Amino acid sequence: MAPKKQRRSRSAARRQEKSQPHCIYPLALTSATQELFECRADEDVTRDRPYKLLRKHAIIQDIKTRAAVSDFSPVEQILLDYAEEEILLVFDNDSAFGQSFYLDLTPEAKHRLTKLHDSELFEDEMRKTPEPKNSTSFITEKEIEQESVKEREKLRLKFSRLQVELGTPVSLSDYNVADSKHNYVEFPSYQDNRSFIKVMQRDCGIQAVSRLQSDATQTAWKPKKNDFTQYSPQEFSQEEKEAIIQSESLKNFSKSVIPRVLCALQQQEIGDVFVDDFEALGTAADAGDLPGQTSDLLVFHKGFTDKMHTKDRKISCVNWHPTIPGVIAVALTTKKGEELIDSAVFGSRPSYIVVYSFSFPTNSQLLLRSPGDILCFEFCPSNPNVIAGGCINGQVVLWDISAYVTCLQGTQPSGTHSSDNKDTFNFDEKKAGTPTVDFSAMSDIKATHKARITDIHWLLPSVQVSSAGVPVENTSNISVQIVTCGLDGTIMFWDLRVPTVPEQPLAATKQEVDQRTTGTSWSVPQPFKHLRSTWKPLFKMDFSDEHVPVKFSMDLCTCHRNTAKELSENQPDYSQLRIPPANEMRVLEDVNTRFYAGTEDGEIIYIDWKVGKDESGQQFSPKPLVCVRAHLMMVNTVQRSPFFQDIILTSGPLHFAIWKEGVTEGPLVKSQWSGDEITMGCWSLSRPAVFFIGKANGCLEVWNLLENGVKPVHVQMHITSSRITCLKPWAMSLRKHFLAVTNDLGSLRIFEILRTLYHPSKNELSRMEKYFEMETDYLRFWQDKEKLWSKEKKVAEKPEQKNVEPSRSIKSVSTAEEQELKKYNDFKMFEESILKEMGLWPSAGSKNTSNPIHKMD
Amino acid sequence: MADVEETLKRIQSQKGVQGVIIVNSEGIPIKTTLDNTSTVQYAGLIQQLVLMARSTVRELDPQNDLTFLRVRSKKNEIMIAPGEGRPGTKVRASPQKC
Repeated sequence: MAPKKQRRSRSAARRQEKSQPHCIYPLALTSATQELFECRADEDVTRDRPYKLLRKHAIIQDIKTRAAVSDFSPVEQILLDYAEEEILLVFDNDSAFGQSFYLDLTPEAKHRLTKLHDSELFEDEMRKTPEPKNSTSFITEKEIEQESVKEREKLRLKFSRLQVELGTPVSLSDYNVADSKHNYVEFPSYQDNRSFIKVMQRDCGIQAVSRLQSDATQTAWKPKKNDFTQYSPQEFSQEEKEAIIQSESLKNFSKSVIPRVLCALQQQEIGDVFVDDFEALGTAADAGDLPGQTSDLLVFHKGFTDKMHTKDRKISCVNWHPTIPGVIAVALTTKKGEELIDSAVFGSRPSYIVVYSFSFPTNSQLLLRSPGDILCFEFCPSNPNVIAGGCINGQVVLWDISAYVTCLQGTQPSGTHSSDNKDTFNFDEKKAGTPTVDFSAMSDIKATHKARITDIHWLLPSVQVSSAGVPVENTSNISVQIVTCGLDGTIMFWDLRVPTVPEQPLAATKQEVDQRTTGTSWSVPQPFKHLRSTWKPLFKMDFSDEHVPVKFSMDLCTCHRNTAKELSENQPDYSQLRIPPANEMRVLEDVNTRFYAGTEDGEIIYIDWKVGKDESGQQFSPKPLVCVRAHLMMVNTVQRSPFFQDIILTSGPLHFAIWKEGVTEGPLVKSQWSGDEITMGCWSLSRPAVFFIGKANGCLEVWNLLENGVKPVHVQMHITSSRITCLKPWAMSLRKHFLAVTNDLGSLRIFEILRTLYHPSKNELSRMEKYFEMETDYLRFWQDKEKLWSKEKKVAEKPEQKNVEPSRSIKSVSTAEEQELKKYNDFKMFEESILKEMGLWPSAGSKNTSNPIHKMD
Repeated sequence: MADVEETLKRIQSQKGVQGVIIVNSEGIPIKTTLDNTSTVQYAGLIQQLVLMARSTVRELDPQNDLTFLRVRSKKNEIMIAPGEGRPGTKVRASPQKC
C-alpha cells in the first residue's frame, strides 16, 4: 500500500517536475499536517532520512477534510492522477525547490524509493508489529492448549542387557520399516498389569459377632442317694437296764411323774374323751325332717291295676320278686259277698295271681291261674321261679314260671308286639297276650287243710324238717319245704320232694286227682309232676280249734333276711330230689323250733313245733308255751323284725304290739286304740325302729319307736281309696325303697320311700336294742310290782274278806289293780316326760348303762 | 426298785391301760410291759414329739416346762409324762365303750 502511495506521490511529483525538473513539487506542510502524516521536521524526517512515504489515500482524505486549507490542495490534481499508491515525500532541508518539502513523483525516484521504501517499510513494520489484541477470543485458551502440540517431555530410555549376557558381544543392526512384515512398526498398547486404577469403592460385608455366647452342657451327674437304710434301735443290755432301774434318779423320777399319770388316767375314767358331744347332737337333725319340708314321706310312684282281672276283686297278698327288680305279684280274691260260692267248683271267673313289672305299668306281665282264691303266697327263696300259694279250699298250690321269667326280666313285654303303651288295645289281644301259667302241683285234698290256708312260708335252705318233726340239716341248700297254717287249726309242713318210700299206693289216688284236674291243659313242663299224684304234708301240728292260727312267723323262714340271698343258679330238678331217710340226716339241736302265731281269737301263742314224746311214746300235739290275749279280734300280722330275730310285730284290728321272744309276760310295746281299724303292719327294711301300719280308712301310719312310742311319727292320709289290705316294703337299691300298698278294690300302689324314712339314724340298731331291753325291764318290773301288789292286797284284805264279801274283795282287788295300773301308766308318762326334758330319753345311751330311775326299791 | 415295780403294776392294772414304757432321755426304753418291737417303735417315735413339745413350751415361756403330754387318736390315747432328765413313762390307754 505504501509503495503505491509512494508511487502516487512520486508521480505527482514528477508532474510537477515537468514544470520543474521531473515532477518535483514543493510543498509547505504545516506543522499540523506534519504531525498528521508523521513527517515532522527534524523529527520523523531528517536530513539523513528525508524520504517519507505517504499514502495517497491519506492525502486524499486529508484534502477532502480540510479542502482548501489542506496543504496538499495544490497537488490535488496530481495526486489524483498519480497512479501509484504511495508518494514520496522528501524533506528538503535546504529548500532547494522552494519549500521545505517536496513530493517526488519521478519514476527514478520511484525506483530509488522503492528500495528505500522497502527498507523503510520493513523498519516500519518492524516498528509496527501488530500488538496482540486483548479482545475476547472465541476459543478458550484451554482448547488452544489442548490443540496445541507441545513437546512432550523427553524420554530417557536406558537399555541394559540381561545379566546373563553381560560381557558377550553385542550386535547391533538397523531396522527398517520396509523390512518389517507389515511395512510398519508398531508398538501396540497392552494392558498394563500394574494396576493403575485406583480402587475407589469396594463392597464389604460386616458381621457382628457377639462377644458372649451361651452354651450348655449336661453332665450325667448321679447324685448319691440312699437306696437302703437299715437301722436297728439302740437298746440297753440287760445289765444296763438293771443298773438304771436301781439308780436313785429313777426313783426320784418315778416319784415325781407317776402321780401325774395316775391323775390323767383317772380323768380318763371320769369322762370319756372319745365322745364328741356335738356330733351326738346331730342325730336329731339328720333323722327328722326340718319343719317346712314336704309332709309326705311316701311319694306315689306307680299304680298297677289290671282291668280285666281286678274287677270286683280285692288283693289278699302282695309279694315282691326276690331277684328281679321291679316285679311284684298280687293275689286276687273275691270279695266277701262272693265267698259263699263253693270254691271247689271252678267258678265262672278263675282266680289269678297277677304279676306286674315296673317296666310296663299298664298291663300285667303274667297271670298265674289257680283253682280257687289264693289268700297267701310266697316266692321260693332259693328258686324264685317257684311260687307256693295257699288256696281258699285248703290246698297248697305250686307254680313254676321258669318259662316266663324272660318276660319278666327283659324289656320285651309279654306277648304283644304292637303298641302296648297305648290304651287302645283289644281285650282279646290282651287276653291272648298276657301269658297264663297254670299251677304245677296241688296238694292232696284229703290230706290238706280242711279250711282255707291263711299263711304260708318257705323254710330257709339251711334247715329242713324230717317227717318225724325234727329239724335236720339240709345239705342240698335249697328251699324245699313249706309251712302252712289254716283256719282248721292245723299247721302243716310240706316238702317238695318225693319221699323215698311212698306210703300209699299211688294208683288209686292218682286217678282221682287226674279227674279233678283234667279241666286245664298242661302246656308247660311241670317240674312238680311227681307231686301231683299225691302231695301230703310232711308233718302236722293240730291245735284242734283251741287256737286257730291265722298268721305265724318262724325263725326259720326267710322273711326278708338279707343272708339268704345266695340263690343257686341251676334250678334243681325237683322230681329227682328225694327226701333222704331220717337216719341219714343230722339233727340240728340249736335250731329255734319255737315260733309265734296269731290266732283267730286274737291270741298270740308261742309254741314249739318240735315234737316231743310223752310217757307212752306217742306223739302228742304240743301245747303253747305262751298264750296271751293281746288282740281282741283276729290277728292280721305276725312279723319278725328284719334286724332283730327276737322282736315280733303283731297287729290286730285294734292295737298292734311288739313282742320279744323269750319274754313271756307280754308285749313290750302295745299301742293305744287310735280309732281306726288296723289292717296290716310291716317293718321297715332299712330302719330298725320304723314300721308301717295300714288302716281300714286307707291311711298309712309311720311309727318310729325311738322318737315317739305313743303316736305315729307320720300319718299319710288316704293313700288308697279304700281299705288297705296288704303292705310290703322292698329295697330295690341303696337309694330306692318302695312300699307296695294294696287295697280292697284290687289296685296296687307303689310308693317310694323318701330318704328320711329309709335312712337309718345314728346307731339306730344299738338304740333299738337298748330300747327293747329297757322295755323288757319295764315289763318285768311292772309284772313284779303287780304280783307284789296283788299279793299284798290279798294278804291285807284276806282277813276282812274271808267271810263278808268275797266279791267285794275281788272287786277291791280288781279296783286296786286298776288303780295301780292307772298309777303305773301315769308314772310311766311322767317318767317319759321327765326323761325327755332331761334329754335322756332313749337317745345317747353311752352314759347310762343302767337306768338309775328304775332302781327304786 | 420295788417302788417302781409296784407303781408300774398299779398303772398297768388300771382300766383301759394297754401298756407302760419307761424310756431314758435318749429314747432308749428301760422298762416296758409291751413286746419288744412295739416298745422300740413307740420309743423312737415319741422321742422327737416330746422334744418338740418341750421346746415349744419353753420357748413360749422359759420359766415354764412340759409336765404332761397326751396324744389322743381315734382308737386310743398315748400319755407321756416327761421327767427332768428322762422323758419318762408312756401309757397307752384305750377308749371306753361309747
